[in-house]
Amino acid sequence: MNTVMALAGIVIKELYRRKDFYVVFVLTAVMTLLLGSVNFFHDDKIVRYLKDVCLLLIWVSALVIAIVTSARQLPMERESRTIFPLLAKPVTRAQVIVGKFFGCWFAVGLGLLVFYFFFAVLAGSRDHRWPLAEYIQALWLQWSMLAMVIAGVLLGSLVFAAPSSNSTISFVVVAGILLLGRHLNQVALQQPEPLKTLVYVLYFVIPHLEWYDIRDRVSFDQALVPWADCGLATLYAAVYVAFLLFAAWLVFRRKPLNQ
Amino acid sequence: MKRPAPALVLIALATVSVSLGTVCERRVGQWSRRNQSDSVLKVLLGDGRRLFANHFFVMADVYFHSGYYPSVFDRRTGAEVDRRHLSGQEQEGEDGHDHEKEMSFLGRPKDWIESFGRHFMITEHTHLSGGGEREILPWLKLSAELDPQQVDTYTVAAFWLRNHLGKVQEAEQFLREGLRANPDSDQILFALGQLYYENYQDVDRARNVWELALRRWHEAESRNGKPEPFSREQITINLARLEEKAGNYQRAIAHLQEARLLSPAPAALDRQIDELRQKLRARPEAAQGK
Repeated sequence: MNTVMALAGIVIKELYRRKDFYVVFVLTAVMTLLLGSVNFFHDDKIVRYLKDVCLLLIWVSALVIAIVTSARQLPMERESRTIFPLLAKPVTRAQVIVGKFFGCWFAVGLGLLVFYFFFAVLAGSRDHRWPLAEYIQALWLQWSMLAMVIAGVLLGSLVFAAPSSNSTISFVVVAGILLLGRHLNQVALQQPEPLKTLVYVLYFVIPHLEWYDIRDRVSFDQALVPWADCGLATLYAAVYVAFLLFAAWLVFRRKPLNQ
Repeated sequence: MKRPAPALVLIALATVSVSLGTVCERRVGQWSRRNQSDSVLKVLLGDGRRLFANHFFVMADVYFHSGYYPSVFDRRTGAEVDRRHLSGQEQEGEDGHDHEKEMSFLGRPKDWIESFGRHFMITEHTHLSGGGEREILPWLKLSAELDPQQVDTYTVAAFWLRNHLGKVQEAEQFLREGLRANPDSDQILFALGQLYYENYQDVDRARNVWELALRRWHEAESRNGKPEPFSREQITINLARLEEKAGNYQRAIAHLQEARLLSPAPAALDRQIDELRQKLRARPEAAQGK
C-alpha cells in the first residue's frame, strides 16, 4: 500500500507543478464572474443561470484535467524510460497501475475541492444559502464518476498508440455516454432487430456516467438524493473501476516496455 | 542603405494603425447597423442565431419547470410542450389538465437502469413561483438579443416582470425595445396596453395603444400576413372592458361584436352584448327620471 501511495504522491505533485489546473480554474472563475456581472432587468437575485453555467464549467474542467492527466501517465514513464528504474525498485506492474490511478483520482479530487469551494462561495454570495450537503453530494458523485473515467483512460493509454488519440477517444466516449446513455434504451426500442438487441446490450454494458450528473438538482435547489442511492452508485462505480483497472493490468502485464 | 531611426519606424507604425483603425471602424459600424442592432455576435452567427435564440427561449421554459422537461428523445415518443403556459395564457381547467398530461412524459421505467437513474434526476412537474420566476429572465433576454424579431420573448418577459416580480418599468422598457425591433407587432402593442391599463391605470394611453394594436392586426391581415386570430379577440375584448368601465357602452358593444366573429364561445359574448344594450337603454331613462 505504501508503494501505491508513494506512486500516487508523485502524480499529485505533478498536477500542482504543471499549469493545466491553474489555467482551467482561472478560465472557469473568469467566465463565471463575467457572467455574474451581467445585469438582467436590475434584479440581483437571479442566480440559477450562474450556478448552471459554473457547474457546467466545473464538469468540463474536471473532465479535461482527469483525461489529460491520466492519458499521459504511462506513456510518459515509458517515453522518459523512468518506468525501468520504477519497476526495478521492485514495484509490480499492478502497483504501477493502481498507484497511477489513485494519484490521478486524488489529484482530480483536490481540484474538485477547489472548484466546489469557489462555486459554494459564488452561489452563497448571490442567494445567501449554504446547502453544503447538496454540494458535498454533488462533489462525491462527480468524483466517483471521474474514477471510472480515469480507470478507462488508463486502460486506453495501454491500448492506443499516443496520449492524444487516447484523450480524444475518451472525450468522445464520455461525452457520448453523458448525452445519450440515459436514452439508449428508448433508441433501442425504435430500432429493428438485430440492431435493437445490439443497442440494448450496449445500454447495459456502458458505465452509466450520467447518473452522477446531479447539476440540475443543485441548480434548481431540489432535495438531496437518498444517501443509500449514492452508496449504491458509488458501489457501481467501484465495480467498474476494479474491472477497468484489472483489464489495464492484464494488458500491461505482457506489454513490452522498450518499444 | 541607411537604417531609419527607430523613433521614425514607431511613428510610421502608429500612423498606419490609426489610418487602418479609421477604415475598419466604418466597416464595423456597417456590420452593427445590420438588422438595426449593435451586436457583432449577430453578424458572426448570421441566421444561426435564430436557432440559439429559440434554444434560449426553450431554456426559459426548462427553468420555469425547474429542470423537469422532455428531451429530444422524449419528444420523439410523443411528448410535446405547449408553451402558452409560459406567457400566462394557460386557462384553469382544460388547458391546465392538458399541460399536466403533456408533462407526464416519463412513464414507467423500462428497466432497472432507468429506474435507478431516476433517483438522480428531477422527476416532479412543478412551476416556479413566489418570485422564483425571475430565473427565466436571463434566457429571455439572451433570446431577444439574438433574435429581436421573436415577439413572444418580449411579451413573456413583460408578463412575468409586471405581474409577478413588480418590475413594471423594466417590463415597459423591454416591450418598447421589442416594439422598436417589431414596429408592426400587434402582440407587443397589446402587452403594452395591458401594462398601461392594469399597472399604471392609464385608461387613455391603454385605449390608444390597443386601438393601434387592432389597426396593426387589420393591416397585417390586409397584407395577407395571417395574424393570430386569438390576438384580435384579446385586443377587442380588452377594449370592450375598458370602454364599458369608461361608460362608453356603444363602443364596448362594437368591440364585443368584432370579438364574437372569432370567438370559440360566441354565446358568452352575446350575453355580454345584451347586458350592455340593457345598460345603454337604462341610461336615458335614468336621465329622464332626474
